[in-house]
Amino acid sequence: MTATAANTSDAMASAPGVRSATDVDWRRSANIGGILGITAVFIGLVGMAVGLDKRMLIDPVLSLGYLFVLAIPLIGGWIAAREITLEGMTAPIKGARDIVAGAVAGLVGGAVVAMFLVMLNAWDLQELLPNWSDALLDMYTFGQGVGVGIVLVLVVGLVLGAIGGAVHVIPAKPRRLLSIAVQWVISFAVLEAVIDDLLGGFGLQAVADVIYARRGGLLIIPGLIIGAIAAFVAHRFEGKGAELKTQYMELEPERKNQVSKQGLIIMVVLGIVLPIFLGKIVNELLSNVGLFILLALGLNVVIGRAGILDIGYVAFFAVGSYMMAFLTSPLAPWRESDGILSAVFGWLPVLNWFVALPIVVLTAAIVGVLIGTPVIRMRGDYLAIVTLGFGEIIRLLFLSDWLAPTFGGAQGIRSIPGVNLGFAEINGTDPRAVFYLVAIFVAIAIYVSSQLETSRLGRAWMAIREDESVAEAMGINTVTTKLFAFVVGAILASFSGAIFAAKVGSVFPNSFELLVSIIILVVVIVGGMGNIPGVMMGAVVLIGVLGGPSQPGLLQEFSEFKLLIYGALLVFMMLKKPEGLIPNAARNRELHQEEALQDAWLKGDKPGTTKDEVDDAGPAPSAADIDGSLGLGGATS
Amino acid sequence: MTVLDPKPLLEFRNINTHYGAVHILKDVDLAIYPGELVCLLGGNASGKSTTLKTLLGMVTPTTGEVVLDGEVVNDKPTSYRVERGITMVPENRRLFKRLSVKENLELGAYLRNDKDGIAEDLERIYGMFPRVKERLSQRAGTLSGGEQQMVAMGRALMSRPRVLLMDEPSMGLAPALVETNFELIQQIHKEGVAIFMVEQNANMALSIADRGWVLQTGKVVLDDTADALLQNQDLRAAYLGQA
Ligand SMILES: Nc1ncnc2c1ncn2[C@@H]1O[C@H](COP(=O)(O)OP(=O)(O)O)[C@@H](O)[C@H]1O
Ligand SMILES: [Mg+2]
Repeated sequence: MTATAANTSDAMASAPGVRSATDVDWRRSANIGGILGITAVFIGLVGMAVGLDKRMLIDPVLSLGYLFVLAIPLIGGWIAAREITLEGMTAPIKGARDIVAGAVAGLVGGAVVAMFLVMLNAWDLQELLPNWSDALLDMYTFGQGVGVGIVLVLVVGLVLGAIGGAVHVIPAKPRRLLSIAVQWVISFAVLEAVIDDLLGGFGLQAVADVIYARRGGLLIIPGLIIGAIAAFVAHRFEGKGAELKTQYMELEPERKNQVSKQGLIIMVVLGIVLPIFLGKIVNELLSNVGLFILLALGLNVVIGRAGILDIGYVAFFAVGSYMMAFLTSPLAPWRESDGILSAVFGWLPVLNWFVALPIVVLTAAIVGVLIGTPVIRMRGDYLAIVTLGFGEIIRLLFLSDWLAPTFGGAQGIRSIPGVNLGFAEINGTDPRAVFYLVAIFVAIAIYVSSQLETSRLGRAWMAIREDESVAEAMGINTVTTKLFAFVVGAILASFSGAIFAAKVGSVFPNSFELLVSIIILVVVIVGGMGNIPGVMMGAVVLIGVLGGPSQPGLLQEFSEFKLLIYGALLVFMMLKKPEGLIPNAARNRELHQEEALQDAWLKGDKPGTTKDEVDDAGPAPSAADIDGSLGLGGATS
Repeated sequence: MTVLDPKPLLEFRNINTHYGAVHILKDVDLAIYPGELVCLLGGNASGKSTTLKTLLGMVTPTTGEVVLDGEVVNDKPTSYRVERGITMVPENRRLFKRLSVKENLELGAYLRNDKDGIAEDLERIYGMFPRVKERLSQRAGTLSGGEQQMVAMGRALMSRPRVLLMDEPSMGLAPALVETNFELIQQIHKEGVAIFMVEQNANMALSIADRGWVLQTGKVVLDDTADALLQNQDLRAAYLGQA
């Protein structure tokens, strides 16, 4: 690192960090190149490249598969040329060095892929690796055969790597415009289904036909136009967003409230009006997103607010769905069996959805207490594992032969009617109506969660999450407080379950597998734990775009690789943005504490700084602070 | 020396506490009277923290009685005891590190509903620790050790305690701060709050205390006035670092 410390730059201002093109960390670039190559091979071997090649993004030049493959050297080149400049250092001046660094990484990556292509050509390992195919060879050699293909791969790697590195060299403004243009073009291509649907809804099908190719994919000329418009708009309104934000921040609190309220009203109106213009597909998508927002908001109370890592949360979703099915389906197995249930409750009529809902919610709350009571006495990993166990137990109970006369075993419960409003019935055949129903419950859930956040109970959750023993010492009844979190979570999940049952018309045990819990958890983590807008954003991005456990998302092509992408995204977020897409302020502070300490250290390290400044920035935690071994660990008896 | 109220505020009657099968406190008798400042001395792992946790109800004794204001509170939860005037400043202060200073203080008043009283007490604490007032919105974990100690005491005082349990309040503080810290404790004591303080720093603790106990592997081995303890040869040999 040839950076100079900021505070000495007065003296050294005459030595800016211009470097020669060969001042490259060769080994680092080559390492990154190696990783690029392996990534490209991996994407090929899991079948993503070929699988996604069928989906055209920009007709006829770029498919989704190629986008993935070609993005690798681009991003890699960018990473290779990137330098970390810590606060207090001046960044070296960008130039030829960065392009060379990117190019080297790209070339090495290309070489790895080239070797792979030779093997792909020479051997047949299809029995071992199902995606070891001619189609893959064909794709990775750009259809030119191995000889020419290898040269092409090397050249493409080199060029794209260099372009990736060159991104650093472009001045900030054009870089920003270019990036916005690219983002817009790709969004238009990826969101084809929605945009097509939306344009159709507004009677602009003709426009859609002009923009998109008949067999799918954005056409080149409209693509260029969209990019140009996006760049122009970004240029024209540069800084306007930030300006509006500061304007908003400077408003009087009262006025601010008013503006927020207006914003809310606009959102509500949009939420009501927009679906009218949306087709079935998008409305279906939105209602799935809504169902998962409900679940994620519920889990957010449990894990984000009270800090209870529940990985069996799907249990409450299952209870909600099954209870609703149990009460409203005329063909519910218990009605037809001759067990005691039908003998005792046989008189019970098939209930209307709204009548059944309070019973469903009450049941979920009771199950919440039953599961929660033993669980919340545990801590940490034990708690997580026990919740996992309970989640599976609930599913297996519904699946069991023992309860088959009541819940139908593997056959589940069918013929669940929709939500009868008297004048109409809401069911899965009308996704728009389902969306409205879900939206109402989402609104309730948002209201309840945000009220709880600022309530006394919310403060108690916060204290428990921070330090359970001390919270207890403050007089907080940790057992009932945590139980409340469990029950609130259970109730929100049961809302989702109740709507889900009416929407799909039949419930089966395998709709409630562990995977569902995990996906809800990922939604909460990726979105931003403990933060309502974050959690909602998480559901929109993951469920809406990638799709839920068994619900297709916007990118239906991804369904096969959904879990792979979920996993990759989770790892990426944990490494790079652990606070989630829209972070919660407090959690953000915690996760970036180390960086703050590092900054403080750097600040203290530079000459001429007094020790005091370091103290102000935050003292390094002492060992005793961290492990709390001297603490209040609650043991009894 | 403070004139003692005839009725103890807080009492241990023949307390035995176990962690699992491990016998920690053995037949311990203690009494803390309103408004006095007493300290509990003892080596590492002698059961000092356990004594405090048993008083507050975070650990349940196997036999014996914990008596608060003449009432046996063995089966009463911590919240009940906090409501009736016991509060603890835990070992190492244990602030809610990611929460703001203000939130820490407010959580100290968790069981109270009197908004006006809470606001009043906040002001009182700001008066006592002006530095705390300057840092209300700062994350508690980023405060310096001395400031954290102030917030920890402030948080404890927010419940309007009659007796304050302090677990090694000078542990981990810079030497220069230890003395200030003892002055703060005396100041709180002067306002009429009884203080029961666990300390390793026996000399200093005894110099401000009325009485003291010495605990050794869970047994009370000495129980006397602070002055007498300061003079006690055995104790000097064991804890005060002087022959
Ligand atoms: N939660 C616990 N579970 C089991 N043993 C404990 C627990 N807490 C403390 N101990 C043990 O009890 C003994 C007394 O601990 P403690 O009261 O913390 O001592 P002191 O505060 O005097 O150093 C020690 O041997 C300690 O290891
Ligand atoms: Mg201790």
